[in-house]
Amino acid sequence: MQRRMTSKNKPFIIMMILFLLILVTFFTSLNLGHIRIGPLDVLKTFLGAGTAQDQLVLFDFRLPRMTIALLIGAGLAVSGAILQGVSQNGLADPGILGINAGAGLAVVMFIFFFQGTMTAVGTFSIFIMPLFALIGGIGAAFLIYTLAWKQGVTPVRLILVGIGVNAAFGAGLIIFQLRMNPTDFMQATIWLSGSIWGTNWKFVLSVLPWIIFLIPLAIYKARYLNILNLGDHVATGLGAAVEKERRTLLFIAVALAGSCVAVGGGISFLGLVSPHLARRLVGAKHQLLLPASALMGALLLSIADMIGRNLLAPSEIPVGLVVSALGAPYFIYLLIKVD
Amino acid sequence: MSTKNNKSEQDTENNTPYRSKPFTAITVLLGGTIVLVLGLILSITFGAANINMKTVWTGVFQFDPELTSHQIIQELRLPRALAAALVGAFLAVSGAIMQGMTRNPLASPSIMGVTAGSAFMIAIAFAFFPGTSYVGLMMWSFVGAGLGAGLVFMIGSLSKSGLTPVKLALAGAAVTALLQSISSAIAIHFHVAQDITFWYAGGVAGARWFSVQLMIPVAIVGITLAIIISRSITVLSLGEDVAKGLGQRTRYVKIIGTVVVLLLTGAAVSVAGTVGFIGLVIPHITRFLVGVDYRWIIPCAAVLGAVLLVLADLGARMVNPPYETPVGAITALIGVPFFLYLARREGRGL
Repeated sequence: MQRRMTSKNKPFIIMMILFLLILVTFFTSLNLGHIRIGPLDVLKTFLGAGTAQDQLVLFDFRLPRMTIALLIGAGLAVSGAILQGVSQNGLADPGILGINAGAGLAVVMFIFFFQGTMTAVGTFSIFIMPLFALIGGIGAAFLIYTLAWKQGVTPVRLILVGIGVNAAFGAGLIIFQLRMNPTDFMQATIWLSGSIWGTNWKFVLSVLPWIIFLIPLAIYKARYLNILNLGDHVATGLGAAVEKERRTLLFIAVALAGSCVAVGGGISFLGLVSPHLARRLVGAKHQLLLPASALMGALLLSIADMIGRNLLAPSEIPVGLVVSALGAPYFIYLLIKVD
Repeated sequence: MSTKNNKSEQDTENNTPYRSKPFTAITVLLGGTIVLVLGLILSITFGAANINMKTVWTGVFQFDPELTSHQIIQELRLPRALAAALVGAFLAVSGAIMQGMTRNPLASPSIMGVTAGSAFMIAIAFAFFPGTSYVGLMMWSFVGAGLGAGLVFMIGSLSKSGLTPVKLALAGAAVTALLQSISSAIAIHFHVAQDITFWYAGGVAGARWFSVQLMIPVAIVGITLAIIISRSITVLSLGEDVAKGLGQRTRYVKIIGTVVVLLLTGAAVSVAGTVGFIGLVIPHITRFLVGVDYRWIIPCAAVLGAVLLVLADLGARMVNPPYETPVGAITALIGVPFFLYLARREGRGL
C-alpha cells in the first residue's frame, strides 16, 4: 500500500476508477449469458443495427436487470452509510432498522397464505410481492422509530429497539417457514438470500425515482451526518436541529433500503460492507463517503449479479450469496492490510 | 467507579450511568434461582404424557426402571430440562462477554463466527453425508464452531493495528457472512435447506443424557473462566486505552474471553441449534438490572438465560401439542416485550 496522499484530488480519482470499473463490468455483463453476444454486436444493437434476437435479449432481459443491480447496489450502500453515521455504530446496516426482517416476514406470509391460490408467475403476483415487501419493510422501520421515540430518538435507543423488533420478526419468520411445503420453503429461502427477480423495465421504473431523488438528497444532507457524529450535545451546540435532521436522514435510509429490498430480496452484507470499503478509500467525510459508497455498492452488486447468472448457468445463484462470498474475503483482506 | 455520567465517552456503550447495583444483583440471583428450580420442576411435569408431581419426585429420586413414567422422566424430560438450563446460561454468558469485550451492543455470540461455522459444517454433513447420527452431527457442529471462531480470531490478530474490538466485531461479521453464504448455497443446491432449518430450530427437543454429559465439563471450565476474567472484562468494557492505562494485559483477556465464548457457544449450538435472541438480549436485560460490573453481570446473565430457555422450552411444548414450536421463536416472544420496555425506560439521551 502506498502512503496516504493528502492531495485533494485523491477521492475523485478513486471515484473515477470505481466508475470506470462499473462501466467495464456493465459491458462484460452485457456480453455474457446463455446467449453470448460479442462486444461489436452489442454496439451494433445499441445503434439499432443488431439482429432481432440480440435486440430482444439485450433490451428486454439483460439491460433492465443490470440497471436494477446498479440501482439496488447504490441504494443499499448509501442506506448503510447513513445508518452507520446516524447510529454511530460500525455494525449497523439496513437490517438493523428491521427492513430486511419486516420485508422478509411480509413476503414469507404472502407465499404461505396466497401462493397456492394464484398462478406463480402471473403479472399480478410479480408486482404484489415487492409491494408486500415494501409495506413490510417500511412498516417495521416505522414501528422501530415509534417504539424508540421518547422526547426524541437517541442512537443507542434506536439500536436497542431495532435489536428487539428484529428478534420478534425473526421469530415470526421461523414459525411460518417451518410450516411451509418444501417448494414454498425453497422460494422463500431464495428470496431471503437476495435475488434480483424483477427483470423488466417496469421494475426499473419502480426503483429509479427513489434512487434518483434520494441519493442526491442524502449527499446534500451529508454535512449533518458529519455533525451528528460529534455527538448530540456538540451538534446542538453547533446549531443543528438534531432530531429533525436525524429523522430526515433515517427516513431517507429507510425509503432507499425498503425500495431496494422490495425488488432485490434480502440482500445482506452489502449495506454493511460497502460504506466500510468506501471509508477505507476516501476517508470518513460524508460528502465523499456517500457517493463513494454508492459507486462501491453498485460495482459490487453488478459483479455479483454477473457471477450469479453465469457461474452455474443455466441455474442461478441468489445474488445475495455471491455478494457475501465475494465481498467478505475482500473485506477481510482490507481488515488485515489497511489500517 | 465514578458515577459521573460522562456523556461523550458512551457513544458505543449502553448508557446507564457507570455504577453497579449489588443489591439488585443478589435479588436477581436468588429470585432467578428459585424461578429456575420451579421452571425445571414444571418442565419435567408437563408434556405429552400426563405425569403427576409425586411420580416426578419418585422418578427423579427413586428411579424404578420398570415404570414407563419413570422411563420418560429419566430418559427424556430430565435431560431435556437440564439441557435447556445449561444452553440458556451458556448463550447468555457468551453474549455478555462478547458485548463487554467489543464494547458494542450489537455484538452477540453469533458474531464470533461460532454459529456460522457450526451451520457450515452441518450443511456439509446434511449434503454429503446424509444419515449422520445425532451424536455425529453434534461433533460436526462443534468442529465447525472452532473453525469459525479460529478464523475470526486469526483475522483479528493478523491485522496491522492488532486485535481492536472494532476489528474483532467486523472480522466476525465478515466471516459469518462468508460462511453463511456458502452454507446457503450448499443448502439450496442440494435441497437440504428445510432439513437444516428443522435441525437448527429444534431447540433442546433432541437432548439426551449424552448432551448433558457433554455440557457439564464445558460448564465447569467455561463459567469458571468467565467469572475469573469478569473483573478484567469490566475494565475492558470501559475502553481499550483505559484498560491498558490501568496496566491490564488486554490481549490475554481477549484470548481467554474468546476461548470461553467458543466453548460455551459451541456446546450450546451443538446441542440446541441456533436459539436466537438469548445471547444478544439477555446481556442487555442483565445490564439494565444490575449495572455495569461484570462480576455481577456474568452470574446473573447465566441464571436469567437459563430461566428464559427453560420456560421457553416449556412453551414450545405447550403451545401446539403434540407438535413442537421452534423454541427460538418463543424466547423472542417472551423476551422482546420485556426488553423493549427496559430499552425505553433506560435508554436516556447520550
